[in-house]
Amino acid sequence: MSTDTTSAIGPVEGGPRYDVDNPAPYIEAPRKRTGRTPRATRGNFEMAAWLFMRLSGVVLVVLVLGHLLIQLFLDGGVSKVGFAFVAGRWASPFWQVWDLLMLWLAMLHGANGLRTVINDYAERANTRLWLKGLLYTATVFTILLGTLVIFTFDPNIR
Amino acid sequence: MATPVLDKVEKDSAASPYITVTMRIRRFNPEVSDAAVWEDFQIEIDPKERVLDALHKIKWDVDGTLTFRRSCAHGICGSDAMRINGKNRLACKTLIKDINPEKPITVEAIKGLTVLKDLVVDMEPFFQAYRDVMPFLVTKGNEPTRERLQSAEDRERFDDTTKCILCAACTSSCPVFWNDGQYFGPAAIVNAHRFIFDSRDEAGEQRLEILNDKDGVWRCRTTFNCTDACPRGIEVTKAIQEVKRALITRRF
Repeated sequence: MSTDTTSAIGPVEGGPRYDVDNPAPYIEAPRKRTGRTPRATRGNFEMAAWLFMRLSGVVLVVLVLGHLLIQLFLDGGVSKVGFAFVAGRWASPFWQVWDLLMLWLAMLHGANGLRTVINDYAERANTRLWLKGLLYTATVFTILLGTLVIFTFDPNIR
Repeated sequence: MATPVLDKVEKDSAASPYITVTMRIRRFNPEVSDAAVWEDFQIEIDPKERVLDALHKIKWDVDGTLTFRRSCAHGICGSDAMRINGKNRLACKTLIKDINPEKPITVEAIKGLTVLKDLVVDMEPFFQAYRDVMPFLVTKGNEPTRERLQSAEDRERFDDTTKCILCAACTSSCPVFWNDGQYFGPAAIVNAHRFIFDSRDEAGEQRLEILNDKDGVWRCRTTFNCTDACPRGIEVTKAIQEVKRALITRRF
């Protein structure tokens, strides 16, 4: 509670800045629900994204744990991984599909998770736009590059 | 002689039930300052009384400018939800003895809504979300001449969510709502659930469609803050999950 005396000092120097006629502005939430909040739903994208997170998560548990087991623990552990090892694995369509599936699911799963984080935490529309733009660019780039490598891998490259 | 007994009785009645409690209240008055400050009040109170009684004591005897909402003061009107010791509760249902009166008891306005003065917040966004889920019975055809009958099992289906008193303790404890006020919030979803699973209602589809929105049930992160906060003991997160399940099973 301010107990300043205003009489001696001018309004600029001291004294309460706010009074009955000049109240302080309220600190409003950056976004809040009003009567004009858009009510139209555009398809089931959010539901699909939510379902995708659950289903891809279950598949990824198998894919990623299997991947880690093979790469890091079985047959001499991580020291065996080299160009020849990768070339040998990708000679089989089974491992190609495994890695391709893992790439796509993990990237989309992670990107969707980050999308929800941005939606939840970025308050200003501009920040959201740029963060999501960056996220989508990085995701598309990584998925395309990875897919290209898996399909065009040449074991005789030198 | 009965003197020793008398002495004991006198001793007992002399022992006052009152203890000294520090109430640390978050004050905000836009007509004085743009900053909110913590203010301590020392009061004598019976620990079996409620936080609301402590606030009354302050308002009536110490500082009349303390501002808060309360109507019925018995846990039904849902006016006095506030953040007491960092947890959303009803001031009229929280006993002083249950929240460790040895330490200062902090009381502040619920979060995520604009503070108007002291403990009073602007509830409009909260009620707007409530209105948006159409919280009323929608039926087609002629009105029956008698009441709309319903089996006990059908009534049981949504019994939990009928208990809501719209105090906003759940919605203002939800971290998604704090960061993005566009989210419907648990209270609106609970009240939609109450009609979606009511066998007499015929607008369940419409309400599900509203909650399928990008700010609808899919923003729920199952933090369970709402279930912890609810002064009526509604399983709020469970209700939200049931709406999600209804949306999915309807589509597939």
